[in-house]
Amino acid sequence: MAKQIKIHLLVCGGTGCRVSQSEAIKAELERELIANELENEAKVVTTGCFGFCEKGPIVKVHPDNTFYVKVKPQDAAEIVREHVIKGRKVERLLYTNPEKKEQVADSKHTGFYRKQIRIALRNCGFIDPENIDEYLARNGYEALGKVLSQMTPEEVIKEIKDSGLRGRGGGGFPTGLKWEITRKSIADQKYVVCNADEGDPGAFMDRSILEGDPHAVIEAMAICGYAIGATRGLIYIRAEYPLAIHRLKIAIDQARSYGLLGNNIFESDFDFDIELRYGAGAFVCGEETALIHSMEGHRGEPTFKPPFPSVEGYKGKPTNVNNVETFANIPIIINKGAKWFSSIGTEKAKGTKVFALAGKINNVGLIEVPMGTTLREVIFEIGGGIKDGKKFKAVQTGGPSGGCLTEKHLDTPIEYDTLIEAGSMMGSGGMIVMDEDDCMVSVAKFYLDFTVEESCGKCSPCRIGNKRLYEMLDSITKGEGTMETLDKLRNLSHVIKETSLCGLGQTAPNPVLSTLDNFWDEYVEHVVNKKCPAGVCKSLMRYVVIPENCVGCTACARNCPVHCISGERKQVHEIDQSVCIKCGACYEKCKFNAIAIV
Amino acid sequence: MTKIKSLADLRKKKEELEQKLKLRETSMNPENFVQIKVGMATSGIASGAKEVMDYLIEELEKRGIDAVVTQTGDMGYCFAEPTIEVTRPNEEPIVFGYVSIKKADEIIEKYIKNGELVEGIIPVNYESIDE
Repeated sequence: MAKQIKIHLLVCGGTGCRVSQSEAIKAELERELIANELENEAKVVTTGCFGFCEKGPIVKVHPDNTFYVKVKPQDAAEIVREHVIKGRKVERLLYTNPEKKEQVADSKHTGFYRKQIRIALRNCGFIDPENIDEYLARNGYEALGKVLSQMTPEEVIKEIKDSGLRGRGGGGFPTGLKWEITRKSIADQKYVVCNADEGDPGAFMDRSILEGDPHAVIEAMAICGYAIGATRGLIYIRAEYPLAIHRLKIAIDQARSYGLLGNNIFESDFDFDIELRYGAGAFVCGEETALIHSMEGHRGEPTFKPPFPSVEGYKGKPTNVNNVETFANIPIIINKGAKWFSSIGTEKAKGTKVFALAGKINNVGLIEVPMGTTLREVIFEIGGGIKDGKKFKAVQTGGPSGGCLTEKHLDTPIEYDTLIEAGSMMGSGGMIVMDEDDCMVSVAKFYLDFTVEESCGKCSPCRIGNKRLYEMLDSITKGEGTMETLDKLRNLSHVIKETSLCGLGQTAPNPVLSTLDNFWDEYVEHVVNKKCPAGVCKSLMRYVVIPENCVGCTACARNCPVHCISGERKQVHEIDQSVCIKCGACYEKCKFNAIAIV
Repeated sequence: MTKIKSLADLRKKKEELEQKLKLRETSMNPENFVQIKVGMATSGIASGAKEVMDYLIEELEKRGIDAVVTQTGDMGYCFAEPTIEVTRPNEEPIVFGYVSIKKADEIIEKYIKNGELVEGIIPVNYESIDE
């Protein structure tokens, strides 16, 4: 029988580590194992990114968890001879804790993993979301039990206030304060509403929480109900989230059958139940007044605040609206205490934030980091950097209401206020990363296209103004813009911001303003030189044949859908610009780099 | 189902559930018992997690391996879906990404049977808040 593999050498295969020769390290390690006749006892395996790219390449030894950093191919022999054969750690390659100046052998104690702490995502990807027992085994509903049997509503609100939790849907309003205002509104009926109308392009954390840990939201809503004096809860969720709806329904039924929803919960005389309301996927319905109107069966249009929903909301009764991620933090705050929660994060923003990483980034996915983490840490360490080794250009945060941040903002700590200062906002936590191939005018146009589509049409600045912004951006991408267009663009943006009725209109010009501020040269290039530096705006570019490189293979001509390329075999070809539709097929097919974009 | 009427009830229930999970592990041949979680959020399912889960359940049964396969939510590694987490008896869980049917077969044959790691591991890169 073959000997069993006892030791594994895990080599990071993330982009960052590959660039610094992790493949050569792997080859060297394998060679050393064979040279020492250890190939049946130890094995080298490439893994995904450790998210520690700054200290890469990383080699981790399994099962003893030794974590070697900045390994070079010539270190392979020493690792095999010392660690694999003699069982001694190669001390000079161990990670040194920068604060304590001591070496750390075990990867669990590098302190590095504190870059990501999972609070809102604590059960996501850990428990079976369709089985309440798994949630209960993880201390589920303990917080609700504690609140109902040991705390007064005022104490609950104080705990949430002390924790410093702020709304995770974008605005960042203090959650405890919102609860307090709703509690103080006097009425015969009040409502707890969970805003699950996640609409920012590229954001999917609320869906993931509902799909992965629906009971956390249900428990939190019941706690909120007790705190503000409401017996009914409503979850407003978009119909495009069928799996989240399916799992919520199962979760609500299971909670009812255990008596954790319904009448007399924990024999405390407190009644609470939840029903689902489906949205049709309108972006404006994420705004709380529009959301409430939609739930009432009216058109999803916002109304002026005040009165705030906490005073006059659903059916004219005091209503507390919180976002999914905000709710997901509540049970843990009750269980572990406000002091614990407020120890994480920064002075003004406590706890963690979930971000959905998307775009030109290697590790697309969900991450959860303490407030105050920098964009650089998120994008280049946890996110594994930019795809295909390209250059970072911008990151869009806050969805259509946010803005684009650039290289100079990379070391900005992420929290509500700093992002606003930098010209963007937290939003619900979508982060779309862009590289050198993205045209910022086109990006602004994309977001304006979205807001024009999603504007409810009630107020003129938003309905008409944004449409005009879109048209101006469109003309710039077609090479029809002038410097005057840029001035108009900025002026109109400010007018729309100041005069729109709701958050949608007030923030819709943000992508335009932030790109104007941060990428002014790129706009100028479009209007003055009629060029798109990123090569995205079709009207501004031409595909041309480079005669020196063309061998006359005819591949381009055969693949051109509009037959605008002419030329004999083995002769230089030519593109007829009057017919070319700029599809790029010739550019992709040419094996001789004979087609250029100018 | 019996209703949970008090905090004491809830805590008792929690103890029971924890015991039950432990019992499940020890009664089913503790030497070989393997737990597998399959990330079944929208992104996972869209990348084929359901087929992988069905395959794992069928094949583990056919190959006579004591295992429990359950579904779970999004582990956060959307770039590497489908993702599964495998816990061998008395060992730390390991997450594998890009799990196709072929990869699932390799994981059963190499890792689950012999403890031999295969390509596609996604290192844990976050801190959990459990004590």
